[in-house]
Amino acid sequence: MSLADDLYRETILDHYHQPRNQGVLEGPSVLTVEGVNPLCGDELTLYLDVKDGLIADVAIKSHGCSINTASASMMTESVKGQPLAKVQTLIDTFKKMMMEKDSQVTLPEEMEELEVLEGVKKYPVRIKCALLPWNTLLEGLQCSATGAGQAKPKVVTSE
Amino acid sequence: MLACPKMFDIDTIRKDFPILEREIEGRKLVYLDSAATSQKPQSVIDALVNYYADYNANIHRGVHTLSEEATAAYEGVREKIQAFIGAPQSKEIIFTRNATEAINLVASTWGKQNIKAGDEILLTPLEHHSNLVPWQMLAAEVGAKIVFAELTADGRLDLDSCRRLITSKTKLVAMTQMSNVLGTIVPVAAVAKLAHAQGALMLVDGAQSVPHLPVAVKELGCDFLVFSMHKMLGPTGVGVLWAPAEILESMPPYMGGGDMISAVWRDRALYNQLPWKFEAGTPNIADVIASGAAIDYLAQLGMDNVRAHEVEITEYALKRLRDLPGITIYGPESSQDRGGVISFNFAGLHPHDLGQIVNEDGVAIRVGHHCCQPLMRDMNVTGTARASFYIYNTKEEVDALYKALENAQKVLGHVACR
Repeated sequence: MSLADDLYRETILDHYHQPRNQGVLEGPSVLTVEGVNPLCGDELTLYLDVKDGLIADVAIKSHGCSINTASASMMTESVKGQPLAKVQTLIDTFKKMMMEKDSQVTLPEEMEELEVLEGVKKYPVRIKCALLPWNTLLEGLQCSATGAGQAKPKVVTSE
Repeated sequence: MLACPKMFDIDTIRKDFPILEREIEGRKLVYLDSAATSQKPQSVIDALVNYYADYNANIHRGVHTLSEEATAAYEGVREKIQAFIGAPQSKEIIFTRNATEAINLVASTWGKQNIKAGDEILLTPLEHHSNLVPWQMLAAEVGAKIVFAELTADGRLDLDSCRRLITSKTKLVAMTQMSNVLGTIVPVAAVAKLAHAQGALMLVDGAQSVPHLPVAVKELGCDFLVFSMHKMLGPTGVGVLWAPAEILESMPPYMGGGDMISAVWRDRALYNQLPWKFEAGTPNIADVIASGAAIDYLAQLGMDNVRAHEVEITEYALKRLRDLPGITIYGPESSQDRGGVISFNFAGLHPHDLGQIVNEDGVAIRVGHHCCQPLMRDMNVTGTARASFYIYNTKEEVDALYKALENAQKVLGHVACR
C-alpha cells in the first residue's frame, strides 16, 4: 500500500477540501471547546449545542492538516443529531480503532466512512491529528454533563 | 578512521557521512533538516566509540591511566572550542547539555542576581522557545518586563527599533544570530554596541549561527554566547556557554554537587574554579570528546568555505522553489542576509501533509512551528515547511526537493482548492 492508499485517499481529500460543518455556532446553549495539537501547533474550536440529550448541532472552526480536517469533518457528520450515549460509543469505537494495534473494530453505520482513517495508524505521529477533534468533543461532552456551560473549558491537546 | 578533507570537496565530504547511504522508502535519503540536527561524520562516530572501547573512565580525580587519558581528551575539547570561537581563555568554555541549558544557566544565575523588578529584557520575535521561555520565567519571578524588538516586512531585524527600545531600563539583550525559521542573519555586533551603551549585557543564541558561519566572540562583542554541538556534526547532549571569565566569576553556581566544589564541610562548601564551578556531577564525557572530532572536521573545512557552500545552495534553492506555483517563501530575499534555511508554505496545503508526502521520495524536511510559536502567530500561520542545508547537501538534492514538492501538490489536489 502506498502513502496515497493509506493517507491520501479520495474520501479524506474530499473532506479536506470541502469540510462539513465548518464554522461557528452561536446561542445561549452553545458550548465552546478549544483543541491544540502541540506537535504542529494546529488549533481547532469546537462548537457544541446539546439539547434534550442530543447533539442538536455541532460545528468546527479549524485550519488543520488533511487528516485533522477530514477526521473533524467526518466526526461532525457522524455525531450530529445523535443521542449522547450513542455519541460516547462512537467516540470510544473510533479511539479504539485508532489506538489499539490489532483492533478488529466494526464501525457502526453512522461512521462507516471513518474507516478510511485506519490507514493513518501506520504513521504514529499522524494519529494525533486524527484524534484531536474526538478528544475535543469528549471534553465538550464532559463539560456539558457537569454543567460547566459557557465557562470556557480547558484547552484539549491531542496527547 | 577517515581523515578530514583538506579542502571543500562535496564528494569527499559526503563519503564521510555513512547515513547519507541510507534509503528511505526505496529512495536515496535527501536530508534537509540540519537546522534541527546535523548528520555526523564517521570521525565523530569513531571518537565516541573509541572512548567507550579504549579509555572509558571518570575524569578529573582519577590517578589511573584511563582516567588521565579521558581527562586529557575531555579538557582538550575545551581548548578546541576556545580556538574555534576565538575565546580568550579555555576556562571561559562551560559544557552544558545543550544551548537551552546554557540559556537557563545564565537566567538562573546572572539573571537572578542582576535583573530586578521593573528592569527590561529585550528579545526579538525570531527567538526559539529556548531563548524566550527562560526569560519569561525569570521575568515572572523577579517582576521584570520582556520587550520585543521589531522586524522588517521581510523578517530582518529593525535596528531602529533596537535603538528606540534599548534604554537605561534594559539589563539584558538576548537574541539569536540566525533565525531557525526565516534564516535571517541578525547583526548582533551592532546590537551589542547599543546594549553596552546603555549598560546592558548581550546574550547571543548561536545555535544556528555557530555551525554555519565564521563566529568569533571578539567580533560579536557579546557577553554570553550559547550553542549546541549536535547541530554542528557533534553528538546530542553537549551545549556550550561562553562568557568572559570576569562575568562567570561574578555568577553564583548553577547546580551543586560533585566536581563543582574545591572543599566541602558539613555546613558549607567552597566552590571550584572556572570552568568546573558550572559543571556539577559527572559530565557527558563521551559526547564532549566526540564533539572534539566535530570541531576538527569543521575547522579543517574552514568556516568561510562552509558559509560559501551554503550561500550557493541556498541561492540555488531560492531560485528553484520560487518557480513552484502557489508557494510563499518567508524571510529575507537575499542569501547574504540569510543562512541555509528556507521556510515556505503552499496556498491551501498544510505543511504536515507536505512533509509526509515528500518523505515518500526520501526527502526529510521539517514541518510545524519550529519551536517559534509567537513568530508563527506574527506570520499568521500555524506552521511552515522548512528545508535547511549543510556542508553535505548538493544542488541535485535541491532538485529532488523540487520534484517531491511538485508531486505533493499533485497528491493533495490542486493548489488553493480551499
